[in-house]
Amino acid sequence: MKKKYLLAFALSALAASGAFAQLNDTLAKAKAAGKVVMGTRESSAPLAYTLGNNQFTGYHVELCQRILKSVLPGVAVEYVAVTSANRIPLVQNGTVDIECGSTTNNAARQKDVAFALTTYVTEVRTAVKASSNIKSVADLNNKNVATTTGTTSVALLRKNKRAQNIKFNEVYGKDHADSFLLLESGRADAFVMDDNILAGLIAGSKNPKDFKIVGETLNVEPIAIMVRKEDAKFKKAVDDYIRGAIKAGEIDLLYKKWFLQPIPPKNTSVNLPMGQVLQGLLKTPSDAPAEEFNK
Amino acid sequence: MALEWQVFCQDTIERTVVAGCFGSGGADGTQTYLDWLLQAWGQTVMVAALSLVVALVVGSVIGTIRTLPDSPVAARLGNIWVEFFRNIPLLVQIFLWYHVVPVLIPVFADTPKLLLVVMGLGLFTSARIAEQVRAGIQALPRGQRYAGMAMGFTTPQYYRYVLLPMAFRIIVPPLTSETMNIFKNSSVAFAVSVTELTFFAQQAGEETSRGIEVYLAVTVLYVISAFAINRVMAFIEKRVRVPGFVASTGGGH
Repeated sequence: MKKKYLLAFALSALAASGAFAQLNDTLAKAKAAGKVVMGTRESSAPLAYTLGNNQFTGYHVELCQRILKSVLPGVAVEYVAVTSANRIPLVQNGTVDIECGSTTNNAARQKDVAFALTTYVTEVRTAVKASSNIKSVADLNNKNVATTTGTTSVALLRKNKRAQNIKFNEVYGKDHADSFLLLESGRADAFVMDDNILAGLIAGSKNPKDFKIVGETLNVEPIAIMVRKEDAKFKKAVDDYIRGAIKAGEIDLLYKKWFLQPIPPKNTSVNLPMGQVLQGLLKTPSDAPAEEFNK
Repeated sequence: MALEWQVFCQDTIERTVVAGCFGSGGADGTQTYLDWLLQAWGQTVMVAALSLVVALVVGSVIGTIRTLPDSPVAARLGNIWVEFFRNIPLLVQIFLWYHVVPVLIPVFADTPKLLLVVMGLGLFTSARIAEQVRAGIQALPRGQRYAGMAMGFTTPQYYRYVLLPMAFRIIVPPLTSETMNIFKNSSVAFAVSVTELTFFAQQAGEETSRGIEVYLAVTVLYVISAFAINRVMAFIEKRVRVPGFVASTGGGH
């Protein structure tokens, strides 16, 4: 009786160690399983978002589809929706092989996961109503400022508050749509967030002309595709593809498609031309964390 | 995965570990994640305590009028109140108070958001407490009401001196659960920008990328708070029991 348990234990331990070995080699694991799992976001338009029915699309999703088609030809792609809170654990524990959403590459996260070459750069700015006279962060004194719980913008606001010695009330939306509602309903005078998200929300609002994006760039954040940390081989394969895509003008093309042309589901355009930082990065690709950009 | 509890000693802006784990405080001082955690706990306690006051006061009144013998209109109104507030999900009610009420009723536009949440949570719980108060009063033998009337008490008097003192003793155990519930339900307040424990867990977890430590700490604080309430209520239950009465047979629970 005891021996049988021992054998079962030994077998399961062996199986577990086998899985461990494969966890660090995504390419081998995907080939063995016949599928690769892409983690993506439900509402990070235009980077990654859902069209319903477990269909995902967006700039990073399409880029990842091209990458996977090239490095893992013939392997089926499975999509898993991740959130800000669970994306890193899911990549670490192997549920997700490659995360293509809107994840900022920063030093803290680099301890847990690896990032491919930066393929998008977001600048944190301020959205206000078109009628508002707020022009910069200094004008936020004694105003209500909205941002979204669980984002880096919250810490950024704290930092600016102290550095510039201004006083404002933070209001927190539980997601971006909620924060935008705060601005729309007048509960907040400004909404501080990544410019692509602001542009996306404004484009999707009832009256896009009622809002504008103003003020200085509070922070620059490189957004990149996320992979497991210990898997240098897979990261290199992804990086190599991105390098080639930059040279071939594929990234430029994708950017135009998702940021300057009408996109589903509403067929409106985000209308956000490529910023200086990303243009520079396409000349000299890098996977440096956000801290390198905001010294 | 090793746990790094040092994360709570970090300054929330510089992200360096502060000696002693507490920041200098004040409007311009530094703040560590531990400071922030305790502050968030304070918010949770405040929301829960204020809501509990609203819930107890409103719940007792509504529960009582539902049992009045000669006022079918008041009893009907009480029933409507209870069904209205307990048939709408709590989160929806909080959103209604936060986003809809200030637009429909201008008086509420300038009310602090904390009070709106307290109203939402308090009135939701008041419906549940009203139901318990009604049950407590109706659990008493009918003779008690008649005895009060026979003594020449008016209706408010026999409620005050005969029925309610016994009814509240009977419902202490369900009230204990309700008090613990209100504390745990206060976590929905994060959805409307109250910086309480659940908000802290989400935000600090994201900033530090040490979500496991942060959620463990927050869980421990919720457990401590709920258990403290349990002990306080058990103490009250013991102190107020009437020897020989049915409600006094169980000590604590």
